[in-house]
Amino acid sequence: MSKKRIATVWLDGCSGCHMSFLDMDERLIEVFQQADLVYSPLVDLKEFPEEVDITLVEGAVSSEEDLHKIRMVRERTKILVAFGDCAVTGNVPSMRNPFGVNAVLQRAYLENVTLHPQVPREVIPALIEKARPVHEVVKVDVFIPGCPPSAETIFLALSDLLADRMPDMAKLTRFGA
Amino acid sequence: MNQPVRVKTLKIDDRDVSGREDETILEVARQNGIFIPTLCNLEGLTPIGACRLCLVEIKGVSRLLPACVTRVEEGMEVYTQSERLQKYRRMVLELLFSERNHICSVCVVNGHCELQNMAQILGMTHVSVPYRFPRLPVDASHERFVVDHNRCILCTRCVRVCDEIEGAHTWDVMGRGIDSRVITDLSQPWGESETCTSCGKCVNVCPTGALFEKGKPVSERLKKRQFLPYLTMMREERR
Repeated sequence: MSKKRIATVWLDGCSGCHMSFLDMDERLIEVFQQADLVYSPLVDLKEFPEEVDITLVEGAVSSEEDLHKIRMVRERTKILVAFGDCAVTGNVPSMRNPFGVNAVLQRAYLENVTLHPQVPREVIPALIEKARPVHEVVKVDVFIPGCPPSAETIFLALSDLLADRMPDMAKLTRFGA
Repeated sequence: MNQPVRVKTLKIDDRDVSGREDETILEVARQNGIFIPTLCNLEGLTPIGACRLCLVEIKGVSRLLPACVTRVEEGMEVYTQSERLQKYRRMVLELLFSERNHICSVCVVNGHCELQNMAQILGMTHVSVPYRFPRLPVDASHERFVVDHNRCILCTRCVRVCDEIEGAHTWDVMGRGIDSRVITDLSQPWGESETCTSCGKCVNVCPTGALFEKGKPVSERLKKRQFLPYLTMMREERR
């Protein structure tokens, strides 16, 4: 049997879910005996590859780049996993939503800055109106709530997915876990 | 003179059970160890059937009825766990989550929240309706307590405990439907309330982090609810 191809993607999140992923420690060996990591912020690859079996998406969809990225990832992935509370609920990135983009940029780049206050308009992708959970933008197959989900949760969920089973997440984790 | 107690016999989930005629389906189910999820219900306060989580199916009745305000009747056949009910309960929960800004990871009662627990118990892993992200205030004007409307689910436990147990009626509800909000006095800042006795009962019965105490570490913000049935029992005995 050929190895499954897995990937991880980092949108608007704090990387805590990726840290929790690394927290699997020696169980990472067990995971990578069954799968290859073909794309991730943890490895040095620039292009998201074609035909990925499982992709874990950390973070909310928050900018033009996130939108572009998640649509491409969805197209190239069989099982898309919303990985952690930001991807599942919007979580902390969505706390800007009640205020609107302008008010947030104003606060961050003008009101609290003493030297050269200016809102960045180049290089950095523009924020979209609202930070959204991933499933509001593209179809998501599996949800792993938790901020971050524990290494144990990630391991059990991945083990199930690698064995072509749907994990029962409510038993393993909850929002804000 | 005491009235004779009438007993009704019925079936809950195909189990033969019995209850007093003035008891509700929820009470009888709990006495028999049958779990029906609730949020607005709290022992010691008047049941109001507001959250709709305790909906049950009754044979011969086409509508779903809230177990907390439906009295038991002779020969009733009640079902509490059908697929239809599970679907509606999850839908109710998802709507509650989508209505306001419930961010569990930054909440003061993360890990001790009845709404969060309910999501896990009912197997809700995400909210399938769009979130509303309303802009809501936080009132920290009270010396000891805070009300964060972002986390309020309008169960009105605070309103009822303040009225029925403390007797102050500081809390009430303003507005309609999705724009409803709990208020203190005539929608004044809580800190300026003349009726609030600062007893803290509302804070302790709140199922979420909407009402919480200032100056305590998160780990000590456990809500204490044991006092409620005890207080009501003492009062009834005195009567």
